[in-house]
Amino acid sequence: MSFLPGIFNYLIVVFLMMAGFYVVIAQGNLVKKLVGLGLFQTSVFILYITMGYLSGGQAPIVVDGVTAYSSPLPHVLILTAIVVGVATTAVGLALVVRIHEAYGTVEEDKFHTADLADDEALLNADADRGEVTGQ
Amino acid sequence: MIAVAAIVLSDLFAVVMLFGVYSLLTAALFMNLHAVDVAFTEAAVGAGVTTVLMLSSLHLTKRWEAMPRRNPLMGLLVVGITGAALVYAVQDAPLLGDPAAPVHQHVTPRYIEQGEAEVGMPNLVTAVLASYRGYDTFGETVVIFTAGLAVLLLLGIKDDPRLRPGMSAIGDQVVLRLVVKALLPLILLFGLYVQFHGDFGAGGGFQAGVIFATALVLYDLVFGEGSARAVMPPRWLHRLAAIGVLVYGGVGVYSLLAGRPFLDYSVLAHNPVHGQHLGVLLVELGVGIAVFSVVLLIFYAFSGRSRRR
Repeated sequence: MSFLPGIFNYLIVVFLMMAGFYVVIAQGNLVKKLVGLGLFQTSVFILYITMGYLSGGQAPIVVDGVTAYSSPLPHVLILTAIVVGVATTAVGLALVVRIHEAYGTVEEDKFHTADLADDEALLNADADRGEVTGQ
Repeated sequence: MIAVAAIVLSDLFAVVMLFGVYSLLTAALFMNLHAVDVAFTEAAVGAGVTTVLMLSSLHLTKRWEAMPRRNPLMGLLVVGITGAALVYAVQDAPLLGDPAAPVHQHVTPRYIEQGEAEVGMPNLVTAVLASYRGYDTFGETVVIFTAGLAVLLLLGIKDDPRLRPGMSAIGDQVVLRLVVKALLPLILLFGLYVQFHGDFGAGGGFQAGVIFATALVLYDLVFGEGSARAVMPPRWLHRLAAIGVLVYGGVGVYSLLAGRPFLDYSVLAHNPVHGQHLGVLLVELGVGIAVFSVVLLIFYAFSGRSRRR
């Protein structure tokens, strides 16, 4: 298992990613789903930063006498991704708030049932009208 | 471990708080992996802004999660299979810190060797962010702007009559008030430092914008809902957000008019390197203004909304 320290970070990434993935697909609460998405997102961030790391290197700010730096490119990508991430999370939360105002719940099952009931009611209403005009 | 606790608990308040702690730990990990700029951003965004936003949307919805009724087996099965596939793939991944890894091969050596000479600033992350990959960053700024628009369309900023400056939801906390009063100027000063020193040390427009917004969010939380609006009214922020994006785009259009490709900063001064430096500063300023106003607008949209039902 001498290779374990080298890939330990990747294993953590896989674990976090799967934890987030599980929350997104298996939990019904929308706020919790967003937290799960956040977990998934940070696992990707850790993956990128891990790849950019260079052992014996320095943080990518040029100093005299240092030649080995960690790669700045993944840092740039992730830095912007974090800020974009908070903006998109905010959009998600705004949707959740609106859903709560419309249905009174943020549990997926409940508002799905409410939706189905609405559809049923609409269909019945259409059918009723159809009968009325048909007569 | 904290991640697991965040999944298991059904008290959403605790979940959100744990998520904040988790973000801070992630920031520490980034620091350890030499990603100072990223650690900076994660600490300001993940531990600060995201937590506040999630808490305010919890306030608008429900704190307690309903007990799960579904059988978790199916989900666990899918997750288990995907996880196994990923672990199998990990065995081919380059080892941590390996200099022969693909990341360190293609463009990275050029950024590291030529970056300072071509763009004229020691912080390579800022150089790559604003100059080499200026198109991406412009796109991301526009995405943030659009996300701000989307939140405003969904929620809008209400002038809630219950919002009165000086009336805080947590009551009148003397100690908090004093501490925050002492901290605020320092936070704002630090934000400015991060903004304008980003080309030499860690920092830049994204971080500075978030730090500035956090300062006002903190002020609003402690000194009463609505008091930040007295300092920075929402209608200024609408304009500022657009101005930030326009500053970035304007620099690009200017270089187009000067007969060079979009966002080629070397036309901004006689010496191309000086031009690059000036361009990066302007662009970062645009990013900073846009991020600051969008984050604060989003906070206003959430905090100004009253709970229904």
